Amino acid sequence: MKRVYVNEKWCLGCHLCEYYCAFANTGEKDMARALKDMKISPRIRVEEKDGISFAVSCRHCPEPLCVKGCITGALRKIDGIITVDRNKCIGCYTCILSCPYGAVSPSEDGAIQKCELCIKTHEGIPRCVLGCPNGAIVFEERGE
Amino acid sequence: MKYVIIGNSTAAVGAVEAIRRNDRSGSIVIIGSEKYHVYSRPLISYLLLGKTDEERMKYRGNDFYNEHRCELKLGRTAMRIDLPKKQVILDNGEAVSYDRLLVATGSSPVVPPIPGLDEVTYKFTFTTLDDAKALDAALFENARVLILGAGLIGLKCAEGISKKKVEITCVDLAPRVLSSILDDQGSDVIKKHLEDHSIRFFLGRQVTGFDGNKAILDDKTGIPFDVLVLAVGVRPNVSLVRDIGGRVNRGILIDERCRTSIPDIYAAGDCCESMDVSSGETKVMALLPNAYMQGECAGMNMSGVDYIFDRAIPMNAIGLFGKHIITAGTYKGDIYYESEGGSLKKLFYSDNRLNGFIIIGNIDKAGIYTALIREKTPLDTIDFELICRTPGLMAFSRETRAEKLGGVINESIGTPIGIPCVE
Repeated sequence: MKRVYVNEKWCLGCHLCEYYCAFANTGEKDMARALKDMKISPRIRVEEKDGISFAVSCRHCPEPLCVKGCITGALRKIDGIITVDRNKCIGCYTCILSCPYGAVSPSEDGAIQKCELCIKTHEGIPRCVLGCPNGAIVFEERGE
Repeated sequence: MKYVIIGNSTAAVGAVEAIRRNDRSGSIVIIGSEKYHVYSRPLISYLLLGKTDEERMKYRGNDFYNEHRCELKLGRTAMRIDLPKKQVILDNGEAVSYDRLLVATGSSPVVPPIPGLDEVTYKFTFTTLDDAKALDAALFENARVLILGAGLIGLKCAEGISKKKVEITCVDLAPRVLSSILDDQGSDVIKKHLEDHSIRFFLGRQVTGFDGNKAILDDKTGIPFDVLVLAVGVRPNVSLVRDIGGRVNRGILIDERCRTSIPDIYAAGDCCESMDVSSGETKVMALLPNAYMQGECAGMNMSGVDYIFDRAIPMNAIGLFGKHIITAGTYKGDIYYESEGGSLKKLFYSDNRLNGFIIIGNIDKAGIYTALIREKTPLDTIDFELICRTPGLMAFSRETRAEKLGGVINESIGTPIGIPCVE
């Protein structure tokens, strides 16, 4: 199954992936208009320090601790992709307690949010991958 | 193969999902005393709060049993296990035969033997959907609700009923709130927060008796109330296994394959004791994630796949009136501490390992700390100073990071170490 992988060697630390992620989830057509004056809350997040940077998003683990620990059943793994049923999630954040990558975060309305490989918003390649100007984020098959 | 599961909650679901990964043809019978489709017990407080409803409380979809081909015996209670015949005897006398049995009986609320309690008209426990419905029906405007117990159940109950225009008083023997998961400092922060939401506390106090609808404390304070909630703790339901000579302490003793001491009988969830890897002690860790993972582990082994679950730690994520708390592990060793306003972070470490943590407020990426405990990551292999301040993958070496982010690696906490032998 194809997943999002990052290569920190190529990451420029430009944070564009975060903007593309936030944009993808607005449902709007124009990025500048959609994100104007908005404090973005992306599902992919860049870590950076001393000139090193890399983006982190859900790994869609083979043995997902977030799914196993979810107290509501809102997190499920369907066809290899871990998705959240926001209608069921009550924001207890057991998944944030469980995720070893820090890839799950609270959204503005209290339910959690995480990378769902853009399956709910777009066809094809996830937007962070398309938007990365340096090929540091790729969408490919690497086993499993 | 005939699988029988006593219990119809989280551990049972974990087992069913695991069994069906390996065995599509065996029969699965689920025995549950509650008549409901599997629901999430911790959501009962959210139900009263109006943040969920019975439909959304379902832990798995309506087609779950069908899809996993389970036969249900709901509204039935398992009374005993007939070991020589390998049968479970139900309350209606029915005998259910098993080849492999999972005991996932959960726990029951403790009802303390307090003089005068029998005469209290409106008293409730708070662990099941029926409990929540009964409590809800008894509440009225300006009702004075007395909650015995300022632990997870008592405080979630308090939050659950807080929008109903009731007066809430909480009494606990322990000198602090959430005493099982918070230290003094953390407890102080939460207590103040709850007091700001009009919950009144009598901590370090014991109810010595009831005089009609008045609780009498050990310092002679009298607290009049209309509705009483008993939330002093839960006790694992161990009798089915104990009665046939299985090894039982406070909970049913299981090994890392979730086997009891009796062949072909497994146990999982709140009825069990298991190893806490953060302290090395065997204890009851009545937590939903552990229940699922133990159930899964039992189900794997029951269906012929050698599978180990040996990474259980105490861990809790709880929100109260908008303030979030995440804790895990054991609170021993040196302490990294930071605090700001109503937020707090404490990390406990010794012997090159993170033992536990308490975070109140900014819970972002807390799972990175949980993983350090669970994986027993040697702290000298990471930038510990950095990770204390900012949980992230930056604190790991470039190689470890490449492994974590670059390829598919199995972060399994249960490790399959065999191949399926059931077709």
